[in-house]
Amino acid sequence: MPDRTDLIYAYDGSFVGLLCCVFESYAQKEIPSVIRPPGVQQSLFDTAKWIESDEHKADRVFNSIPARISSQAQELVKLGFLTCAPHKELLIYQFLRLGFTYGSQVMTMLTNDTVCALQKAVHHLTSESHKFKGFVRFSVYGEALVAVIEPKNFVLPLLSLHFCDRFRNEAFMIYDKTNSMALVYRSQKAELISVDELTLPEVDATEVEYRRLWKQFYTTVAIEGRNNPRCRMTLMPKRYWGQMTELMHD
Amino acid sequence: MIIDIYDKLTILSDSAKYDVACTSSGVDRNGKLGSIGNAVKAGICHSFSADGRCISLLKVLMTNVCIFDCKYCVNRVSNDTLRVGFTPSELAELTINFYRRNYIEGLFLSSGVIKSPNNTIEQMIKSLELLRNVYHFGGYIHVKAIPGADSELITRLGLLADRMSINIELPSQESLKLLAPNKTKESILRPMGLISTKIQESSTDLVKFRHASKFVPAGQSTQLIVGATPDTDHKIITLTEGLYKKYHLKRVFFSAYMPVAEHSLLPSVNTKPPLLREHRLYQADWLLRFYGFEAKELLDEQHPNFNLQVDPKCNWALNHLEQFPLEINKAPYEMLLRVPGIGVTGARRILTARKSSSIDFSGLKKMGIVLKRAQYFITCKGKILDGLKITSDGAIRALMANQYLLPSPYPEQLSLFNEPFITREDVQQCLTGQI
Ligand code: SF4
Repeated sequence: MPDRTDLIYAYDGSFVGLLCCVFESYAQKEIPSVIRPPGVQQSLFDTAKWIESDEHKADRVFNSIPARISSQAQELVKLGFLTCAPHKELLIYQFLRLGFTYGSQVMTMLTNDTVCALQKAVHHLTSESHKFKGFVRFSVYGEALVAVIEPKNFVLPLLSLHFCDRFRNEAFMIYDKTNSMALVYRSQKAELISVDELTLPEVDATEVEYRRLWKQFYTTVAIEGRNNPRCRMTLMPKRYWGQMTELMHD
Repeated sequence: MIIDIYDKLTILSDSAKYDVACTSSGVDRNGKLGSIGNAVKAGICHSFSADGRCISLLKVLMTNVCIFDCKYCVNRVSNDTLRVGFTPSELAELTINFYRRNYIEGLFLSSGVIKSPNNTIEQMIKSLELLRNVYHFGGYIHVKAIPGADSELITRLGLLADRMSINIELPSQESLKLLAPNKTKESILRPMGLISTKIQESSTDLVKFRHASKFVPAGQSTQLIVGATPDTDHKIITLTEGLYKKYHLKRVFFSAYMPVAEHSLLPSVNTKPPLLREHRLYQADWLLRFYGFEAKELLDEQHPNFNLQVDPKCNWALNHLEQFPLEINKAPYEMLLRVPGIGVTGARRILTARKSSSIDFSGLKKMGIVLKRAQYFITCKGKILDGLKITSDGAIRALMANQYLLPSPYPEQLSLFNEPFITREDVQQCLTGQI
């Protein structure tokens, strides 16, 4: 394949779109050096090639992953797309190239820079989403529960199953401020919708009371003689505090 | 004086906090339509308190009234303190409301002994029945069994909970006699044996009848207090090993003794809790559970206590230098686990990576393996790390000791706050068990 170092793909930012970039590269026998999502600054003489999203092409690429590499590789790619890794598109693309060359063995190539970087990014995503399973704080507004999070990665798809299963009978929303998206669950149905801004009404007296009780519990359980703020900071970095009831200032 | 729910919560969480078991792990259970809650096997931390400990469960006593007089406990009958108690519905409301807001993973319910052990357990059963059957709570419940209660009651309690624990607290019978006069080794071990049998029965019943209800599906645990009595680490870790083998416990927790009472048989109230010692015990506990070590490999009569300067695995390796260096590309999994600095995750990654190519030192780094300690114990493709000079076993010991230099003479006496001996790395190790 000719390796044109200046080849730039631009796509619509969707997973389908990215898979179409992979399709295009194989169809045209060319290797892009940049795969650009929308909203990224273009240089003056930008000659990016626009890649149209096409479900059919995307499916072909997606289905070829378990067939030619492995289903674990397919999972890794899906998760990789949710990460906040810089140039995640190129990383996924390069991983797939390796995969289509080496087959299922690619998953054991832990010392390869691409494989290693993608695994790391996915690990960051899954560990962040695990943290949020605990750190999400709902407030009760009438019949509904509402939470706001500010994650680095796009964790909502990973949180969805967990919270929908846990709160089957509830109606809730988790608003992801970073990615301007919200997970909305009501009448046993969940959907991801895009939300640019969220203004919440004042909370009622019951809500205020439970917040007070929780804060008191939080303060009381700490054993003074074991005070260890550093350790707390390691396990629960400050960036999470802003949306956690027990650490908010009144 | 009017005592409201806020005061009750304050008093009853304050007196429950010395129980260090914090996990909500051990069982996966899906949510159900018409109920609230599920359980996640790995456990979930919902917050971390100022002492760096995980907060997962609403940890409270049902009441701090107690007719017993355990010398090390704030709730002992001889202590002059305000006594309060939750009603079952107060407790259920609090649990559900905290749970809905995702503050907690569930409830950890313990209690002082009200009139008798049986009476206490009956009250606890009432609370849990309300929570499970009326509020349809499907989240995690950890409940403490009360030593001396009837088997029938303990069985009923266990069918409502995910995990049950009975704290041994003091590692020897002599210490128990002196400091917990109302408890005996027998009164603690009998229910522990009962729970262990019931768990086994329940799992065979489940195979036979699909709808048999589960008896504490997340297993049982216990806690040992460290530093209140002269019992050695050797005694503690041997006891721990015995508990895992004989009673199939899921976890043994260690709690550095926090002086709460002045008593001639206890360390003075100004004594600092032996946190580093507690930490070494946790490391040793991981070695027993996941690294294939036996207690007798770690300590013996001649060396009854852990070296505070070096972690137990490193200590073992330094005493067995004849088994090193280990070739990373050939060593079996069990031996990789014995290299200081290589944890379970690291060892697994090495096995995986070996399938496609042989590994060198830079490869190890890419896999996230920290070489600081491991470098002295391994070779990659037959070579030691470039630039590493090892002339003799003595040199390795000296190099290792350097990494752990602690100001003398007594590390335990320095405040943890000013001198963080338990490093960031230590804390992570303890949580993840990668030693
Ligand atoms: S029985 Fe439990 S609550 Fe009562 S004094 Fe002993 S340790 Fe404390």
